[in-house]
Amino acid sequence: MRNKIHPTLDSAVGDIRDGARIMFGGFGGAGFPNNLIQALARKGTKDITAISNNCGTRDGELGLMFKNGQIRHVIASFPGPHSNYFQEKLAAKKVTLELVPQGILCERMRAAAAGLCAFYTTVGVGTEVAAGKEERTIEGKRCILEMPIHADYALIKAETADELGNLTYRLAARNFNPIMAMAATTTIVEVDEIVPVGAIKPEHVVTPAIFVHRIVQAKGVRYAG
Amino acid sequence: MPDKPRLTREQIAHRAAMELPDGAYVNLGWGIPNLIADYLPKNVEVYFHSENGILGMGRRARPGEEDYDLVDAMKVPVTLIPGASFFHQADAHLMSRGGHLDVAVLGGFQVSEKGDLANWKIPGAKGSGGIGGAMDIAAGAKKLIVCMEHTTREGSPKIVRQCTYPLTGLACVDTLVTDLAVIDVKPEGLILREIASGWDIEGLQKLTGAPLMSLGRAPEIKFL
Repeated sequence: MRNKIHPTLDSAVGDIRDGARIMFGGFGGAGFPNNLIQALARKGTKDITAISNNCGTRDGELGLMFKNGQIRHVIASFPGPHSNYFQEKLAAKKVTLELVPQGILCERMRAAAAGLCAFYTTVGVGTEVAAGKEERTIEGKRCILEMPIHADYALIKAETADELGNLTYRLAARNFNPIMAMAATTTIVEVDEIVPVGAIKPEHVVTPAIFVHRIVQAKGVRYAG
Repeated sequence: MPDKPRLTREQIAHRAAMELPDGAYVNLGWGIPNLIADYLPKNVEVYFHSENGILGMGRRARPGEEDYDLVDAMKVPVTLIPGASFFHQADAHLMSRGGHLDVAVLGGFQVSEKGDLANWKIPGAKGSGGIGGAMDIAAGAKKLIVCMEHTTREGSPKIVRQCTYPLTGLACVDTLVTDLAVIDVKPEGLILREIASGWDIEGLQKLTGAPLMSLGRAPEIKFL
């Protein structure tokens, strides 16, 4: 059995180099990989392209990495009312932003996960997000072409992993995490608990182990703000 | 300009709640729509959908009951009703976009006579703005209701010939519930269905930036 379990958060993110494209799970305070984010802040990786629904809650979640100037470009749907460090860097032109409708953010990641080259959608037709995108009419509806979003890494949060990397999530802390797990080249998960293989019933597995490459147990920060 | 009474935000929510059919799967957006759950008629049961992956969302959590892994799209701790389910965000938006939700209710900055909606960014506002799930919902809900004040704070119409604010979606709004009227958006134009007590169509038209049509005399807005 390939050993996916890392002894520390720092070793789990140890090879993430400057310029990496990284997906970060979480929504509305729930399901953020806060401990992995702190490890990445300690490591000091720079020029990151971050793919995340929001852009931090004050110092919490991605806020810390914007504060530290580690992120150069962000693909997000709803930066959020308390993403003050992100907003400061955006206003100072230290960060660039691509704003994406939330469901289309999901589907662009799923396209990457599924090996699809692109897809057409009616979402965003006639709005700012259609700028520069190919448009065509399908079954009488105006559609725009959306491209996949790939990433080198996904940093995600789950409740339980078995030693193979099968994952379950707690309540609504699931959100973007299973999608990002499938879309990135290397998926790193922080979990509350690691259990022996077989302890999670196969029909309860939400993210199958094939999508998970590194597992680290984290009992630190759960909610950031 | 006579200072006639207008509906409160709560009354707009109350009137919009009366549009929800029994058994419907419903998504409520930020602002006035978020108040609707408090005004459901007694004989109506609906299932609330949240874009972070919840179907069967219940009331807000009481003090001491909060679990921060169980929040709504506004980050507020909520509860579940029996029969609720969780799913990931892609499935949540698939429900919005794919025509699976029966009704969605959103707030609005501007609505055009063709049913175009602008509700995510005010021109010139500070910061990045954020789209969230609004564009997916606008593109795909079977029925889209918009709740908003009829005019801006300065008194300009929010119902217009053509939106000047950044758009959320084209020709997506089915019904408008404002503090002055209930209006249906039809291919032939804006049809006044109900009007606030004390108002007439001439007075209402002065505050509306697109022509209103009425099939006979529109009845007063009443609350169940």
